Amino acid sequence: MANIAQTAPAIGTTHKMKRKRRFPIFVVIGIAWIVAMVVIAFGADWIRPYAITAMDLRNRLSLPGNPAHLLGTDELGRDVMSRLIESIRISLLIAFGATLISAFIGTALGFLAAYFRGLVEQLVLMLADFQAAMPFLIMSLAVLAFFGSSLTLLICLMGFYGWERYARIARGLAIAASGQGYASAVTQLGAKPSRVYLKHILPNIASTLIVSMTLTFPEIILMESSLSFLGLGVQPPMTSLGNMVGYGREYLTRAPWIMLAPSFVIMLTTLSISIVGDWLRDRLDPTIS
Amino acid sequence: MTAANLIEAAGLVKTYVSRKGLFGTATHVRAVDGVTLSVAPSTTLGIVGESGSGKSTTGRLLLGLEAPTEGEVKFDGKPMPAIKTNAWRDLRSRMQLVFQDPLAALDRRVPIGTQVSEPLDIHAVGTEKERQDRVETLLTAVGLRRDQAGRYPHELSGGQRQRVVIARAIATNPDLLVCDEPVSALDVSIQAQVINLLRDLQEARGIAMAFISHDLKVVRNISDRVAVMYLGRIVEEAPSADIFRRPLHPYTRALVSSVPVPGTALKDRIILQGEPPNPAARPSGCAFHPRCSMATERCKAEVPAFVTVEAGRKAACHLVPAASTET
Amino acid sequence: MLRFFLIRAFRAFMTIVLVVTFAFVVLRMSGDPALIIMGPEAPPEAIVAFRKAWGLDQPIWIQYLSYFTAIMGGDLGISMRDGQSAISLVLDRIPATLQLTVPALILKLAIGIPAGVYAALHRDSAADRGVMAGAVVGFTMPSFVFGLILVLVFSVTWGVLPSGGQDTWMHAILPIATMSIGGAGILARFSRSAMIEILGQPYMRTASAKGLPWRRVIWEHAFPNAAIPIVTITGFMVGTLIAGAVVVESLFSWPGIGRLLVVSVANRDLAVVQCILLMVAATMVISNFVVDILYGYLDPRLRNNQARH
Repeated sequence: MANIAQTAPAIGTTHKMKRKRRFPIFVVIGIAWIVAMVVIAFGADWIRPYAITAMDLRNRLSLPGNPAHLLGTDELGRDVMSRLIESIRISLLIAFGATLISAFIGTALGFLAAYFRGLVEQLVLMLADFQAAMPFLIMSLAVLAFFGSSLTLLICLMGFYGWERYARIARGLAIAASGQGYASAVTQLGAKPSRVYLKHILPNIASTLIVSMTLTFPEIILMESSLSFLGLGVQPPMTSLGNMVGYGREYLTRAPWIMLAPSFVIMLTTLSISIVGDWLRDRLDPTIS
Repeated sequence: MTAANLIEAAGLVKTYVSRKGLFGTATHVRAVDGVTLSVAPSTTLGIVGESGSGKSTTGRLLLGLEAPTEGEVKFDGKPMPAIKTNAWRDLRSRMQLVFQDPLAALDRRVPIGTQVSEPLDIHAVGTEKERQDRVETLLTAVGLRRDQAGRYPHELSGGQRQRVVIARAIATNPDLLVCDEPVSALDVSIQAQVINLLRDLQEARGIAMAFISHDLKVVRNISDRVAVMYLGRIVEEAPSADIFRRPLHPYTRALVSSVPVPGTALKDRIILQGEPPNPAARPSGCAFHPRCSMATERCKAEVPAFVTVEAGRKAACHLVPAASTET
Repeated sequence: MLRFFLIRAFRAFMTIVLVVTFAFVVLRMSGDPALIIMGPEAPPEAIVAFRKAWGLDQPIWIQYLSYFTAIMGGDLGISMRDGQSAISLVLDRIPATLQLTVPALILKLAIGIPAGVYAALHRDSAADRGVMAGAVVGFTMPSFVFGLILVLVFSVTWGVLPSGGQDTWMHAILPIATMSIGGAGILARFSRSAMIEILGQPYMRTASAKGLPWRRVIWEHAFPNAAIPIVTITGFMVGTLIAGAVVVESLFSWPGIGRLLVVSVANRDLAVVQCILLMVAATMVISNFVVDILYGYLDPRLRNNQARH
């Protein structure tokens, strides 16, 4: 699903008009939420009231609002809040790592395509088309079927999500700059390609790439949580947001909060990043959409 | 053409292949079709032509920025090294290009001082301190202030940007400067300043220059010799004064007749008929014949040779007989 | 036009080759299938026999070639778990998946496009804002969260609809609703922006300036043009139907291809996984192909532009 949102380039622009007019209150809320999430992710070890596997057997399936367990407990008496905090950390870690990997792979391949042109370019474009067309969820499921799941593998796998967008952007902009622009000027000064691409082209396209990262980041969160929900992503005892929802599904009747709390976090986080990303795109880079 | 020429090009041909997709039929476009020219130190060769005449491609071929399909460029008596090799990169310090659009040629995220110093960094000229001093000297030489080194390209005017590009181009003391329409993006009032700057720099440093423009007036001011190009070929080449006083080729005549002379009305102006030249659909025979008012049957069938018609003058026209004077 | 078809056909073929290669590479990189299937405690003779039976003792490129020819010949292997042929296992599940995905697709189109067009025609109205807000929630909410909320409301709290299984048509309601929501949101946003872009075009102004009634301007000039991007995204959605079914079928215990995939992944039943992978690729290739043909109908100019890629 998240895949499709990407192919609709105009999605962000529909809100552009509205946001330009007023001071964007949603953006402020979005940023605040993202900052809160990042702080929680980094400070998880200090904020977390209990260890994620600590069981409070007298307080099993305790309701939220319990003074000892603000968000209640699960069937084994594990504190939902603590697990939620740890889940946020893991999910953000995966999404962040994967976004960086994807941006790196994509930009590197895009630059290679722009530098070598010809066969290399055709190959990169063909792979990009393939990646864009093939549902990522199915491909990752296939990989997981063959390899089994681990945190490192999951990050690397998610790191292939969306690389084709960076590749297309990097290739397009690099070719434009090498045609008549500053890059061709530096090349004819005698600069090596490393200098042209890293010192000139990369800083020039960085803002566009960053905006693209804000688009892939929430999609990676959704993708990872879907996999974890299916029980094929993050494996217990480790926990992630999707994982928690999947686990909470078992207790939907008796303890819906186990599933609702992480769902709420997933939604708010993806929503915030999308809103902030849209806003960033309008400010930084009017050309991208 | 003496041995003292800094750069010599012989029989340059550049064919571009445009292909529709992986399986499309390839169409060949001869952007440059047999150009021979040379430039001596301290002199300027003006290259004039309409868009599509191959003048910019010729400039890029001279610099070795593109490899010719046929023919050869010799710089300082040695053949041009293969593109993007280390020898080719090293040679960049000796030949430079001044671009048409200075804003596009400058990196908008880098202060201009750093950009002027970039060729020095690339070719590892001098120490850090020496480079800094050199940048200041260069900025002053092109008429900018030293304190403008920290500015970004968008903070400067068009003329100032072109000065930055020129400063960057002459940073490594090149022997050859190719200026590709260096003033056509500038206001008329600024054009003269930049031209004068180029001329002063040439005088002070003995640079050989190829000056490419569609604008005859501009070329006239700076060139020692002028080559007129039409559809990838040179149709006439002569000393600047001669070509303006007495153009031989019908195309040159049409061009010259359109240049206003101060104090006189534009009379006897030759208005060219027909379509502007399209390199993808080159007419048979003399490529100019569909637009030439004097074209004969021979012009349609036979390509005129580029031959010496007078001492120091060459032309490619059936109506201008070799080594005779007819006007 | 023939060249256009040939190029398309070649690209479709290349996509299939890529998928097969992908499956093969991943399969071989993941370790020794014999060990994975038989388990580490299996006696060595059994492992050797298994390798022989599956051709794993051949050099890698022969394995690739025989793998490739086998797949092209329609031999997609045998489920390593229960010995049935993978393709028949998968084919058995198709009707169940279609029962969900086809109504869901229709629902997406029926909700998404009119909502988006309506929003575009009544820009900045309350209805527009409502549609857009709904659309945003629709695609930032993971489908499993939406599905669980539906279960919570309709099955747990009200008890009106079953939460899983495939016994009656009632069982299909929640899965179909879950599948439709995200796609409908995306389609609504997409149709809206496509429509808004068309409405801003000069020819729209020309059409209304020459006195055509607004209704006719919309029907005759705006819709045919807005249809092009909408067809693209719809084609893309058809191509990803199975992907969308994965989560929903698992959530509602619906015995379709998606659930089969998840179960096979968990069991590491490689033949079935690869069979589904190829089927998804085929669906995608076919839907892309159909979209290309539709393009030709909607916009003759594109025939040539498309060929250029």
